[in-house]
Amino acid sequence: MRVASLWREKFGKYNLTGSKCAKCNKLHFPRTIFCDCGSTDIEDFTFSGKGKVYANTVVRVAPAGFGKDAPYAVAVVKLDEGPMITSQVVGTDPETIKIGDRVVMTFRKIIEDGKTGIIHYGYKFRVDNG
Amino acid sequence: MERVAVVDGAMTSFGEHWNLSLRELAVEAGRKAMKNAGVSPKDVDALFIGNMAGGYFNGQEHLASLIPRELHLAPKPSTRVESACASGGLAARMGYLSILAGAYDTVLCLGVEKMTDLPPENVTSGLAMAADGDWEAYFGVTFPALYAMLARRHMHEFGTTEEQMAAVAVKNHANGALNPHAQFRFPLTVEKVLKSTLVSDPLRLLNCSPISDGAAAVVISKESIAKKLTDTPVYIHGSGQGSDSIALHNRATLTTLEATVAAGKMAFKNAKLTPKDIDLVEVHDCFTIAELLAIEDLGFIEKGKAGPATEDGVTARDGKIPVNASGGLKAKGHPVGATGIAQIYEAMVQLRGEAGGRQVDGATRAMTHNVGGSGGTAIVNILGRD
Repeated sequence: MRVASLWREKFGKYNLTGSKCAKCNKLHFPRTIFCDCGSTDIEDFTFSGKGKVYANTVVRVAPAGFGKDAPYAVAVVKLDEGPMITSQVVGTDPETIKIGDRVVMTFRKIIEDGKTGIIHYGYKFRVDNG
Repeated sequence: MERVAVVDGAMTSFGEHWNLSLRELAVEAGRKAMKNAGVSPKDVDALFIGNMAGGYFNGQEHLASLIPRELHLAPKPSTRVESACASGGLAARMGYLSILAGAYDTVLCLGVEKMTDLPPENVTSGLAMAADGDWEAYFGVTFPALYAMLARRHMHEFGTTEEQMAAVAVKNHANGALNPHAQFRFPLTVEKVLKSTLVSDPLRLLNCSPISDGAAAVVISKESIAKKLTDTPVYIHGSGQGSDSIALHNRATLTTLEATVAAGKMAFKNAKLTPKDIDLVEVHDCFTIAELLAIEDLGFIEKGKAGPATEDGVTARDGKIPVNASGGLKAKGHPVGATGIAQIYEAMVQLRGEAGGRQVDGATRAMTHNVGGSGGTAIVNILGRD
């Protein structure tokens, strides 16, 4: 299922690589080829993976394929470099996560296409209040 | 330029229609709308269909061909539009604009969704397709989760409470109990909402609109024709549409839906009216927080104050600005592609004074507000008897 799309997005989903506009320095995640400023002079930019929870929830009614993981935490994370990103937050009781928590990116399995299908990987975040 | 008016319309009841298919729901609403409007298929110049996910929910795309044949409208132009849960509102707006443009005199705008054929987890996945597939849904994010995060920000920034969100559901169920087309016709209490099972914290089951089947249709015409067809034309005074990032994480704020703000401003400007000129609003309360956002973003309530205003009864049927007298998506049901048309149908019924027990007394102008996704699309219409 969707093999090429998984391959295509690997830099963003595996490495947190987005874009930086060479003209106005604006950072983008996911990647873009067209900056708000009108520039198409764009280079890759890999984010540090550090940020904080901007909004969060606990998914208790999961979509197909995610049922065994529920309940799981989901958050909009504001990366330290500026852009926001949506992800699961793992490694902590989902109910204890709150707005403002420091989080750091971690590489995890997202879902499996059945027993013999492709394993989808990508970023998740874990709380790291130091 | 001639004005455009809703001649008449119809809707199926919303709910779990195990015995009715996508096409049968569409035919039921479309046929009745034409009958109520006193037109036959030959009088209708074109069909606009709003449907979000016939392909995913029913294995059926190409409704622009499926439905006109069933309604005996073929070979006339037929167009299916899709903007997630705003598909119905968009179909109505496209029909309206096509008449304004002079392309057609009379069009049928129809919204339909058949959601109950799939197991709930698949419906959840299907609805998540209205979010960003690669960067939200990929990670297991659901629609309740997106609105839950909007709720969390509203609570964080303005002190909105779970009780205030519950008050939206209580009000809408009180209205829905009086609507013969509503899926849920029973009252709720705040306690009951707060004790219902968590779906995506802080949203509980009774903060969520249901999974529904249903269809709605309206016949709209240019003024000169509408006046011949009915003594009670309901004019479309203004219409607006806005867009925003599909993903929450690319938005400047999570406490305002900028697409709603843009669509509202466009509709008000178009109609040369302001919020105080509106007697009732049907807003897109797919989740209770969505109603709070909507009445703020449309300018009826000051930003951040929608929770207390709802608790104070400002949006009740006898309040200062009645919101979702129909029961809203929460109680009436939310067959996603049908919702935007059903809102216009409700506005028409209210403005004609035919809403029975849920009638807003003396209503002469109404607004409808239909949102796609988590706020990536918004459609706003202003209708009036004058």
